[in-house]
Amino acid sequence: MARMSVREAISAALREEMYRDERVFIMGEEIGKWGGTYAVTRGFLDEFGEKRVRDTPIAEGVIVGAAVGAAISGLRPVAELMTINFAFLAMDQIVNHAAKMHYMFNGQIRIPLVIRTVGGGGRQLGATHSQTPDVIFAHFPGLKVVAPGTPADAKGLLKAAIRDEDPVFFIEHATLYQVKGEVPDDEDFTVPIGVSDVKREGKDVTIVSYSKMLQVSLEAADKLAAEGIEAEIVDLRTLRPLDIAPVIASVKKTNRVVVVEEGWRAFGIGAEVSSRVTELAFDYLDAPVRRVAQAEVPLPYNQRLEQLALPQVADVINAVKDVMYLR
Amino acid sequence: MARALTDSDLLELYRQMALIRRFEEKSAELYAEGKIGGFLHLYIGEEAIAVGSCKALGQGDHLLTAYRDHGWAIARGLATGPVMAELLGKAAGVSGGKGGSMHLASAERRYWGGHAIVGGHLPLATGVGLQIRYNDLPDAVLCVLGEGTTNIGYFHESMNLAAIWKLPVIFLVENNQYGMGTEVGRASALTNIYEKGCAYGVENQQFNGQDVIETYEVMSNALAYARAEGPVLLEAITYRYVGHSMGDPERYRTKAEIELWRERDPLCRVEDRMTAEGTASFDDFTRIQGEAAAEVAAIVKFAEESPEPEDAALWEHIYVNPIGER
Repeated sequence: MARMSVREAISAALREEMYRDERVFIMGEEIGKWGGTYAVTRGFLDEFGEKRVRDTPIAEGVIVGAAVGAAISGLRPVAELMTINFAFLAMDQIVNHAAKMHYMFNGQIRIPLVIRTVGGGGRQLGATHSQTPDVIFAHFPGLKVVAPGTPADAKGLLKAAIRDEDPVFFIEHATLYQVKGEVPDDEDFTVPIGVSDVKREGKDVTIVSYSKMLQVSLEAADKLAAEGIEAEIVDLRTLRPLDIAPVIASVKKTNRVVVVEEGWRAFGIGAEVSSRVTELAFDYLDAPVRRVAQAEVPLPYNQRLEQLALPQVADVINAVKDVMYLR
Repeated sequence: MARALTDSDLLELYRQMALIRRFEEKSAELYAEGKIGGFLHLYIGEEAIAVGSCKALGQGDHLLTAYRDHGWAIARGLATGPVMAELLGKAAGVSGGKGGSMHLASAERRYWGGHAIVGGHLPLATGVGLQIRYNDLPDAVLCVLGEGTTNIGYFHESMNLAAIWKLPVIFLVENNQYGMGTEVGRASALTNIYEKGCAYGVENQQFNGQDVIETYEVMSNALAYARAEGPVLLEAITYRYVGHSMGDPERYRTKAEIELWRERDPLCRVEDRMTAEGTASFDDFTRIQGEAAAEVAAIVKFAEESPEPEDAALWEHIYVNPIGER
């Protein structure tokens, strides 16, 4: 095991997979000479050369589309979209091409593609640069959508995504890159796509979360423990295909659920999880499922207002106390 | 330079054009009978472009097209029975009945699809070109689009990327004068579409898409250039005799205009040329037309007798590595 940041873990995953497989290459805006706007690919251009580290024009449609084209004809591209907000400019390639072609052409065509991108708010970047629209991408059959919340998961899931035969939309979080944790050294360490993970065991309440909100939930759980409340935390890690079984198993133990997501509440991850819990474990619930999510506003620039809109540790604690009827 | 076509080559190209035309005429009948669903975009009038171009393509070359794709699939050598079966939504269809008329493909023939989102396949073609350069291969990509597609962002993003990376991609515009019902001058600031290549330093040329020999020659030269140097923008001047798709009321053009273009018919051009030269007779063409009709009758029989996809096919090929919803 080695202690490293999410940034180092993602960088290591990319580097290892590029050494392992000559077909793997990276392309995107400012990933080469600049070294990546989040410094994930710093040094890659010198290490791998211009053929495998390809700076592109600012043209998201053709970044993703060309990556799909390279993938269908035999390469294994990792395309980077500087932020998830720019993915909307490539939406047609993501949902109409990457997600459809294997099915529409009856399995003749494969798209072993990874789209890496960065989402999340909290950095005073204003309404168009701060979104967490993960759920939109999780809506489409044919895509796999992954959003890790720890360094080990970031490395293991990215390696699994690069080795996968299907298109994987890999969502990193702008404020998680500095988070540190233990990461296995083994170059064949992967984390399976489509498997949720219990990150903390507890008997009183189930908190379902992922990505940045996993870290917020873990902090809330520590504070709740000081008050004698033991929260169990299920990290979804993959949004599609969603592995609900560990959530259901946990609900059957705790009988209370809070879902914590950074995106907007309406039609969100919490809505989906809540619905599945109702379908699969209604009789085990001792309280309605509670959702903690972003206020239904475009995120403002002002720091205080922005933080007011984003889910906080205190919001999670309050929601837990609500479902335990302690408030 | 293009290898000169022999008389038997030319008769073979004529045979393919006749086959495509008969295939399309029959498809229209099947659509009217309700046996083909969805949208149906016919290639009647434009046959020389697919046939002449595919004659120039090598085995290793790649093809991507838009949704007016039956002629391209046939010219690229896909088995005609499974192409018709796809139109009928049958399991034996080239896409298992899950793609339909607009989504024909053959990985074996490196035909990476008919695509129904206007412009969506241009970035894909660019990426295939990237793969060719990445692996240092001698192949090229032919990407076929309509003139209406040259007004969409993808066209400019793809031309630009192909140009800066010197990718072996030929963007072939089939300018049939109308994007659905909008004539080219009402949709594009530049009506000589090939001139749009200048904006990206991309080699460009306009040619007569009704002439199968000219198409073959232009495409042969463009392929040689693309393999060695980089992207090319070609504009084939052509016309579709029938509506944009079935059910097009055609209020945007006159019968006289259609008749004018029928006089430039790609099949008649070959007939006139070869009979004038004395290299073929009208009996030859009548015989070829008869054979095309017989072949189409046989493939329609094959397609109609093919089974429907099993219900289980609904859930197949969503992922290569499926992960059950647990």
